[in-house]
Amino acid sequence: MTAPAPTALPAVPTTPDGQWVPACPAERLLPERGVAVLLPCGGQAALFRTHDGTLYALDNIDPFSGAAVMSRGIVGDRAGEPTVASPMLKQVFSLRTGVCLDDPQVRLATHRVREHDGAVQVSARPAGESR
Amino acid sequence: MRQLVVIGNGMVGHRLVEAIRDRDTDGRWNIVVLGEEPRPAYDRVALSSYFDGATEEDLRLGDLGDRVTLRSGERATDIDRSAKKVTTSTGDVLGYDTLVLATGSYPFVPPLPGHDLPGCHVYRTIEDLDAITDSARAATTGVVIGGGLLGLEAANALRLLGVDTHVVELAPWLMPAQIDEGGGALLGRLIDELGVTVHTGTGTSRIEAGDDGRPAAVRLGEERIDADMVVFSVGIRPRDEIARAAGLEIGERGGVVIDDACRTSDPDIYAVGEVACHAGTVYGLIAPGNAMAEVVADRLVGGTAAFTGADTSTKLKLLGVDVASFGDAHGRTEGALDVVVNDAAGRRYAKLVVSDDASTLLGGVLVGDASAYAALRPLVGHELPGDPLALISPAGAEGGGVGAGALPDDAQICSCNAVTKGDLTHAIAGGACDVAALKGCTTAGTSCGSCVPMLKQLLEASGVEQSSALCEHFTHSRAELLEIVRATGIGTFSELIDRHGTGRGCDICKPAVASILASLGGGHILEGEQAALQDTNDHFLANLQRNGTYSVVPRIPGGEITPDKLIVIGEVARDFGLYTKITGGQRIDLFGARVEQLPAIWARLVDAGFESGHAYGKALRTVKSCVGTTWCRYGVQDSVRMAIDLELRYRGLRSPHKIKAAVSGCARECAEARGKDFGVIATDKGWNLYVGGNGGFTPRHAELLASDLDDATLIRYIDRFLMFYIRTADRLQRTSTWIENLEGGLDHLRAVVVDDSLGIAADLERDMAAHVAAYADEWRGVLEDPDKLARFASFANAPQAPDPTISFATERDQPVPAGPVALGMPAPPVGDARPAPNGSAPVEV
Repeated sequence: MTAPAPTALPAVPTTPDGQWVPACPAERLLPERGVAVLLPCGGQAALFRTHDGTLYALDNIDPFSGAAVMSRGIVGDRAGEPTVASPMLKQVFSLRTGVCLDDPQVRLATHRVREHDGAVQVSARPAGESR
Repeated sequence: MRQLVVIGNGMVGHRLVEAIRDRDTDGRWNIVVLGEEPRPAYDRVALSSYFDGATEEDLRLGDLGDRVTLRSGERATDIDRSAKKVTTSTGDVLGYDTLVLATGSYPFVPPLPGHDLPGCHVYRTIEDLDAITDSARAATTGVVIGGGLLGLEAANALRLLGVDTHVVELAPWLMPAQIDEGGGALLGRLIDELGVTVHTGTGTSRIEAGDDGRPAAVRLGEERIDADMVVFSVGIRPRDEIARAAGLEIGERGGVVIDDACRTSDPDIYAVGEVACHAGTVYGLIAPGNAMAEVVADRLVGGTAAFTGADTSTKLKLLGVDVASFGDAHGRTEGALDVVVNDAAGRRYAKLVVSDDASTLLGGVLVGDASAYAALRPLVGHELPGDPLALISPAGAEGGGVGAGALPDDAQICSCNAVTKGDLTHAIAGGACDVAALKGCTTAGTSCGSCVPMLKQLLEASGVEQSSALCEHFTHSRAELLEIVRATGIGTFSELIDRHGTGRGCDICKPAVASILASLGGGHILEGEQAALQDTNDHFLANLQRNGTYSVVPRIPGGEITPDKLIVIGEVARDFGLYTKITGGQRIDLFGARVEQLPAIWARLVDAGFESGHAYGKALRTVKSCVGTTWCRYGVQDSVRMAIDLELRYRGLRSPHKIKAAVSGCARECAEARGKDFGVIATDKGWNLYVGGNGGFTPRHAELLASDLDDATLIRYIDRFLMFYIRTADRLQRTSTWIENLEGGLDHLRAVVVDDSLGIAADLERDMAAHVAAYADEWRGVLEDPDKLARFASFANAPQAPDPTISFATERDQPVPAGPVALGMPAPPVGDARPAPNGSAPVEV
C-alpha cells in the first residue's frame, strides 16, 4: 500500500544555457558542512566546501540505504583524501572521486562545482554524463 | 534419563550443577539439588559485602534453570547406598544413579566455657550475619576469636557495625596459614592502626557471662577483655556426618576420602568442596572446590578429567590492607631460599621463596602492597625472568616487575577459573581485543579480578593494537583529549587538531570532540564551527531514520505528563502526519518528520512547554520511574519526584555514550533500574545506588555502589559518578565496560565516588554544578536564532521543497516509510490507500 506520489517538484532555476544550477550564495556554504541541491531532472546533489575552501559535489543519495542524506554527512579526510561519511551507516566516500573507500565497488556520481557571481553553482548533470 | 542428586547448594554445589548443565548438551542428566538453607545459592566468599550494603539478592548466584530441581530448606538425612536412595528432612525418598556430596563444612567452635552463650556467633551464613548484626546493636565491644582470613573479615564486619573490636589469635601472628612471621607482623601493625586491637600468641580460656546471660568478658589467660559479643572463627570442619553414617571412607582428620576423579569409596558417590579429603588434605577455599566440581561434571558426561591438588594462592584486601600468599609461601620445599623486602616505613612486606639455586620461583608473601601478585603468582614453578630481589624491590615494582611476556604458556593467569596464558593468547588471536572481550570468552578475571592487570599486559604483549588513539587524526584517547581541552582551554576543533592532531578529522573524532566540548560547557552545540562536528542527529537535534526522515522526542521527565501536554503531542503528530509510538523509556516518539518540518514541529512543542529530549545525543536520555509512594501500595519512597529531579539535573549532559537511568520506589523494581547506567532503588532507609547496567548487545545488571543514601548524598554520588565517567571513559564506551576496564573495577569506582580516594570529588561536583547552571534547551536555542534555523532546509536552492525520495505508506492507520523510491520512478498506482494527512505536503514554518 503506497501513498500518492510526491507532489510536483518546484521548477529549479538554471543558468541560461541550462548547464548550471545556482545552489546558494557563496557565503552561505559553511566549511565542512554540506547542503543538498535540487536538480532540474529531479535528482539531488550534495554540495560541500572543505576546510581549505575547495568545492565538491556528489550524488546526494546514499547507495547503501537509498536515502537522500549524503549532504548531512561528516566531512573530513582519510590519509589526506577529502571525504564525507554517510550519516546512515557511516561508509566513507572520497569527495574527489565519489568512490566509497570502505567498498571500492561502490561509487557516487560527482558533479562539477564553480563559484560564479558570488553564487555556488552545481552542474545540472553528473560529470561524465553527456546529454 | 539418569538421575543425579546433589546434596548441598553452596557455591561448589552450584558450580557443579552449572558445569554439568553446560556440558550435558544431550540432556542425559536429570538433576535434583538438596539445599539446607532456605534460599538459592549465594556467594559466600563475598559474604562480608552484606555489611557494606549488599543484599541477599546481590549475593545470589545465577539461576540454575528449569532442568534442575532445587529443593531448598530441605536436608538429606540418610543415604541408603544399596538401594541408591536418599531420604530427606521432609521424609521424601529420592532415588539416584549418581550422588554428589557437596555438604561443605561447618565452623568449628572450641568447647570453651561460655562458648554457647547467646551473643556468641560464627561467621558462615546469611543467618549468622543477621544474628551478628542483631547482637551488635546493643554491643560496645566485640571479640573475634581466630585471626585467620575469615576472622579478619569478621573483625571488619564488627568494626563496620560500630563495635570496638579485638582479634585473638593463638599463633604468634595473624593469618598463620597463609603468611609468614614477617608479613604477619606488618599485617598486625596495619590492622592495629585501623583501631582493631590485635592479641597474638594467646589463647582464649573462657567467656564470662554477665547478669543478662550474655557475654560480659573474654579471658585470655591472665588478661581480660570486657566484651558484649564474640565471633568464633578458628577453622572449619567437613560436614561428613551423613557420609560417615553411610559407611564411606573418611580421612584421618575428617572429610570424605576421594580419588583423583573425586569419587568416594562408593563409585556411584562423588564428593566435592570442603567436605572432601583429597590426598590427606581438606581444602577450605573456593578455587579447589570449583576445580573438583569441574572434574565431576566432566566425569558425568564421560570425560577423564582429574583433580590433582589445587592452587591455594590468595589475594585479599582485609580491612583495607592488601595481603597475598601464593605457592610455597612458608618455604617448606627442601633447600628453599627466601628473598625478603621488609620495608616497615613504607608499610610493605614482600617475600619470594625460590629454589636453592635461586632460579625457580616457589612461592611468596605480599603484605601492604600486593600489586605484584598478578604477575608473580603465575610464575610459580617457573624460571625467574631476572634477579628475584628486583621483582619485589620498590624500584622494580612498576607493573609488578614481571612482564606477561616472561610467562610460559601453561602459567595460570586466573587461578579462580583456571585460565592459562595459553588460553588467553589463543582468545586474543581469535579476536578478543580488550579486557571485556577476554573476560567474556575465557572467564578470566571474572571472579576476584586480581589478574585484570595481567590481561591488559597480555593484550599489549600479543601485539593487539592497544593504542588508545582515537583515530588516524589523533594519537590521544578520548580521556586524554578531554584533559587537553580542560587544561588548555582550547575551544574549537580546528585549534585542537592543529595543535594536537593531523589532517581534518573524520566521523569518529569530530563527534567525540564535539561531545568533549559540550561536556565541558561549550555553549550551544550548533554554535559556529561546532555545528560541522556534529553527527547528523545532533546537527538536526532529531534522530535520523531509515528513509532520511527524523524522529522527534520531547522530554517527559520521569515519564510524568499532563493530559494537556499529551493532547499537544497528539495534535502535533496529527497535523504533521507523524507516526507515533511510546518508547521504551517512557516517552513519545514522533516519526517521519522531514528536515524542513522540524522547526515548525518544535515551535509548537516548545510553545506548549516541551523541551529537547536529547534522544539524538550521546547524552542523558531518560530517567524512568514507577509511581512510588504517591500511588503504589508498596512504595517506600517518592520515586517519581526523584526521577524528575535527576532527569532535570542531568538533562543535556553530553557523555561518551548515551546514558539511561531509572528510579524504583521499592525493591519490586518496576522501573527496572538495574538495567540502567545508573539505577536508584528505594529502601525503607533511603536510596540504593546501582551503576553500570545496560541493555544493548550485551545486557548487564547494574551493581550496588552505595546503599541507604539520603537525597543529597545520592545526588552527590551520582554527580561524581557521571563526571568521573565523562572524564575518563573511551569514546562510545558504556558505563558497564568502563567500570570493567577500570583498574580495580567497582571497588576502585566506589573508592573514588564514596571515599574520594583521588581527592577529586569536589572538582567533579563543581563541574556538574556548572553543567546544571548552564543548561539551556537546545531547541529553544535554535528557534530563537535565525542563522541556526536557516540550516533546517531541504535544499539550498529550494528550502521548503519536500525531498521527492520520501514517501509514506499506511500501516495500522499510521504513516510508515514507503520508500525511498528510485528517482524519477513514480510510486505504483494507489488503490484504497488512505493518504497520510500532510505526510508529504510542504508545511510552512
